[in-house]
Amino acid sequence: MALLDVRDVTMKFGELVANDRVSFTVESGSIVGLIGPNGAGKTTLFNCITGFLKPTSGSVIFDGADITGLTPYQIARMGAVRTFQVVRPLKEMTVFDNVLVGAFLKTSGNREAFARAAECIEICSLESLQEKPAGELSIGGKKRLELARALATRPKLLMLDEVMAGMTSTEVKVSVEVILRLRESGITLMIVEHVMEGIMPIADKMVVLDGGVKIAEDAPDRIINDESVIEAYLGAKYAQRFKAQKEGGLIG
Amino acid sequence: MQRKALNKKDALWLGFVVLLALLPLAPVVAANSFHMHVAILILLFASMAQAWNIIGGYCGQVSFGHSVFFGIGAYGAGMAVVTYGGTPWPGILIGVMLAAAIAVVISYPCFKLSGHYFAIATFAIVEIFHRTFLVWDWVGGALGLDYPLVKEGLKNLMWYDTKTGYYYCALILFLLIFGVVRWLEGHRFGYYMRAVREGQETAESLGVNSTAVKLAAMALSAALTALCGAFFVQYNLRVDTPMVMSLDMSMKFVLITVLGGSGTLVGPLLGAAVLIPLQEYSRALWGGLGGGVDLIIFGLLIILIVVKQPAGMIGIIRDIGKRVLKQKSAAKGDSADGTP
Amino acid sequence: METFVQVLLDGMLNGMVYALVAAGLCIIWGVMDVINFAHGEYLMVAMYVSYWLGFLLNVDPLLSVIAAGIFIFILGAMTYQLIIRYTIGKPGLVALLATFGLAIFLKNACMNRFSPNFLILTDTWLSDKTLHMGNLIFPVPQLVAGLLSLVVVGMIYALINTTRFGWAIQATAMDRDAAELMGINTDRIYLVVFGIGGACVGIAGGIMPSYLAVHPEVGSMFGLIAFVCVAMGGFGSIPGAFIAGILVGSVEALAGFYIAPVFKYIAVFGLYLTVVFLRPKGIFGW
Repeated sequence: MALLDVRDVTMKFGELVANDRVSFTVESGSIVGLIGPNGAGKTTLFNCITGFLKPTSGSVIFDGADITGLTPYQIARMGAVRTFQVVRPLKEMTVFDNVLVGAFLKTSGNREAFARAAECIEICSLESLQEKPAGELSIGGKKRLELARALATRPKLLMLDEVMAGMTSTEVKVSVEVILRLRESGITLMIVEHVMEGIMPIADKMVVLDGGVKIAEDAPDRIINDESVIEAYLGAKYAQRFKAQKEGGLIG
Repeated sequence: MQRKALNKKDALWLGFVVLLALLPLAPVVAANSFHMHVAILILLFASMAQAWNIIGGYCGQVSFGHSVFFGIGAYGAGMAVVTYGGTPWPGILIGVMLAAAIAVVISYPCFKLSGHYFAIATFAIVEIFHRTFLVWDWVGGALGLDYPLVKEGLKNLMWYDTKTGYYYCALILFLLIFGVVRWLEGHRFGYYMRAVREGQETAESLGVNSTAVKLAAMALSAALTALCGAFFVQYNLRVDTPMVMSLDMSMKFVLITVLGGSGTLVGPLLGAAVLIPLQEYSRALWGGLGGGVDLIIFGLLIILIVVKQPAGMIGIIRDIGKRVLKQKSAAKGDSADGTP
Repeated sequence: METFVQVLLDGMLNGMVYALVAAGLCIIWGVMDVINFAHGEYLMVAMYVSYWLGFLLNVDPLLSVIAAGIFIFILGAMTYQLIIRYTIGKPGLVALLATFGLAIFLKNACMNRFSPNFLILTDTWLSDKTLHMGNLIFPVPQLVAGLLSLVVVGMIYALINTTRFGWAIQATAMDRDAAELMGINTDRIYLVVFGIGGACVGIAGGIMPSYLAVHPEVGSMFGLIAFVCVAMGGFGSIPGAFIAGILVGSVEALAGFYIAPVFKYIAVFGLYLTVVFLRPKGIFGW
């Protein structure tokens, strides 16, 4: 059974339809990429799944339970935790304390929470910054903090909203490694991303949105050959490049 | 790097603990009862500010309504003694619980308001309580309640000859509330309060029920505030509405904390240690002279500190510390350059 | 029924003065998101200005209005220059507490200089005159104060919505940085806005000694009522503040007459809470 099952989710803001009957599934232990051009409704869909918005219609099933209309904290407690596209550090608190807040979700014990926070700080290579107020980090640092903080909650499903946007290519590489390590440790990931280099090679499945509608749901190598996707989003150029890379055996 | 930061924090703590250890000696040193009076007020107002600090400083919900809870505690004790002729203790207990309950009931709708709307709503609540209590005969109305002469001692929580008993009570109150906040600072609830202050949606995304955290913080803060109110009337031997349940009293909670440094453990003590002596000694000095001089200075001081250093006196101390540290390192650098 | 209309109209006249006081607070709040806690004390200072002009120089409050307006304009501009400037961009609480300090300072400086006694100006042009319309009786001072308030609020509204300067104010309120890029001197705008906010309350305070005693505590309640009107009307909305002012004046008068005088402010603050609990951003808020 799928860990996350999105069924016919529709979100309207007045006349504007941001998501129109979107359905897809996220299998346990997989990495699912959610892509689409600007304004395709990715973040809105994210907000609907995580309880920050209540879908106009449709339902979201997580881990066998209907979570449609639950509050964000209830959903987070069930194990579906997100990061924000526009980073939201708890500015006056230190980086370590930020992560600690996440770590306290599964335990009220200080020792356990501190250990978990330290572990996540290490996974995201934030050790040298951990005593700094979170507001003083660079944008890349803040993105890593978002990841560390969400990770500290020991989620079943980690939903990342453009964690790689604004990162240098070295930082992207590091993030990709981190994401792969997380999957190995049994966390399911759903990733909204603009940085194609990052997401395409590691995803098991891609979901493509355009104008609020799902236009494709398939494996990455098939997504790049899907004509509607190429037209809507990727552009022929990238598709060729990806194909060339794939054939040259650079990836996989 | 990390070790250095810890050391500095430890040193600060050591200083604070030493200060606390010396405090019980104060009655012996300050036999003069006016100094004693000032010391008691410092401890009391530091406790009040610390109670406010829980919701206003750590949790970031700036309430101007705390005199309502203070007043409920005060009336609880006062009515137990004056109206029902007993000891204040059951009244204190009822007052504390009632304050927490009322805090939850009135805060719930207020937490839906943001920024200035929240602040003005808390003003409005104080005014409503103030005016209702003024005309409510059961609680003493406009006349207030005057304490009868009863036997002094802990049972009646009352002393006449010396203020020493009050001093130790104030010290216990102070240690209790500072202890509670110190404990909170290092545990889950404390981190959750700060997370809610820094970003409610972020906190929610990490599984924090922000409404529950705010309500719990408000209830705790209100209960501790009521406890302070009860002590205040036992010390004054009189309670009336303008004295305990007014906007001016509400502002004191905020001012002391903000002046000292809100959201910090030592801030409320610092704020009270500066403002209360200023208020009491200047009143004693200029009190007869046309009046208002102490408050004129008070007003100017508030403007000056708030504008110059919004982080409060803690911020000023931190700045000085940084400057000293810089000078030290600069001096080191010079000598290093000087060696050929 | 006649009594009801009479009480209601009295309340609305009072409400118009509240509206003027609130309008001053409202533009400051709307443009720079600052609550001026000393607003009520501005009113008190204006009343003293008008009182002393009348007492020493025999100037009628009706004329002192201009002097009081200018005086508080300067006081407001000085407040901005010396205090508020340094609080912009810091948490909202900073400006509020700083102006609270200013309120304490002004109140006690007046207490110290002029004693806490109630000072009453007698034999002004308007005092004790009444206007009879059918069975309704209007006290002329309140009537003039109410109409003057109506005119001034209208002028302020026109200034903001029809003049180039008003557009510059609106632009600054919407986005300070963008306004700065468009060549607007936003520091100057803030200064003038604070002055105008002061002038509104100065004019209201200037005429009040025609019918109200002056004392150092007189401003506090007006200040609180102004906060309530502004928040009830909605963030920075002058029509909102105006309607809220009249509503507050009416409720105050009706509750005071039909329930008991002590209940008038309980009713006013209760009304405020009811409104914001239903509409968290006020009647005209968004």
